[in-house]
Amino acid sequence: MTEYLLIIIGTVWVNNIVLSQFLGLCPFMGVSRKLETAMGMGLATAFVLTLSSISSYLLYQYILEPLGLEYLRTLSFILVIAAIVGFTEMAIRKTSPLLHNVLGIYLPLITSNCAVLGIALLNIQASHSFVGSILYGMGSALGFTLVLVLFAGIRERLAVADVPSPFKGNAIALITAGLMALAFMGFSGLIRA
Amino acid sequence: MIVAILTLLGLALFFGLLLGYAAIHFKVKGNPIVDKLDAALPQTQCGQCTFPGCRPYAEAIERGEAEINQCPPGGETTIQELADIMGVETIPLNDDHGEHSDTPEVAVIIEDQCIGCTLCIQACPVDAIMGAAKQMHTVIADECTGCELCLPPCPVDCIVMLPIKQNIERWNNPLPLALENIPVVVETAPKVVQGE
Repeated sequence: MTEYLLIIIGTVWVNNIVLSQFLGLCPFMGVSRKLETAMGMGLATAFVLTLSSISSYLLYQYILEPLGLEYLRTLSFILVIAAIVGFTEMAIRKTSPLLHNVLGIYLPLITSNCAVLGIALLNIQASHSFVGSILYGMGSALGFTLVLVLFAGIRERLAVADVPSPFKGNAIALITAGLMALAFMGFSGLIRA
Repeated sequence: MIVAILTLLGLALFFGLLLGYAAIHFKVKGNPIVDKLDAALPQTQCGQCTFPGCRPYAEAIERGEAEINQCPPGGETTIQELADIMGVETIPLNDDHGEHSDTPEVAVIIEDQCIGCTLCIQACPVDAIMGAAKQMHTVIADECTGCELCLPPCPVDCIVMLPIKQNIERWNNPLPLALENIPVVVETAPKVVQGE
């Protein structure tokens, strides 16, 4: 139980996917202009990351490893994650239009994102158990959502702030992201990796 | 090596079939009314109704955001059909959107005058104009819907609208002489005023 708790805390705070692993930077910069879109993207990421952790674990454990094809993991993970997310998107659109409205446009965006593939590969590297890898995926997504929402909040305020003209737009956003990463470094050493 | 190829092939095949099955099984059917309205429209994709094409116009009618009299290429017949589908009364064509012409026309480029500017190619909603920059353009007559959208952008006014010649495949059977003078009357039910 403590092991699982540590995985969650570790992925959300200590090894945050965006601010200390530097994965998923494109949605982090791209969809953080508004709080609502950031929330939608965060939810979609949580969904996709959990799904991809499960599928990549099963694929690795029951197909790639028994056949001695570990070197194919990057290629096959891309294939499996893209296909499963595509399938789920279609199923959601049919069964729950409400959920599709919330997640719909973000799902294809996040599907082949580096964060999703990165978490699947890191999961294998850390040789987590089945539950462990699900929690690792979910925790990473939670960390991503947290940072994205925080960043979106800051950027909404930055939009009305009087920024010197050389720093306007993406420049100040990148500086903000860097300061946030510095702040999150304070969590390192909270648990042993 | 063989195992690797077969594994990836098997995975790709499995997921391909899964997605193919999902595309059929989870297909979301569109609104049937919109399909019917879209079928009644002339598919010129001319945008004279102020919507970007016939289907968006059909969707706007279905949502009640547009009147049924905004389609000049379709004219009275189309308005009649749209009114039947929507269960409303027919109204005359709105002149703001253009005039209806009874003879089908096709755009023809006077090729001696064409300077190859490609402006009409960009304007054509159905890709019926062929040509390249600084090359002479020409209209594919079978594809042209006669929407006249290519006329305004032409800087040398070398596009003309000509009536389509009649042949065995395109034959307009003229109305019998006796019928021509009978005015078309659209019967509408008397309006019921509630509360009287």
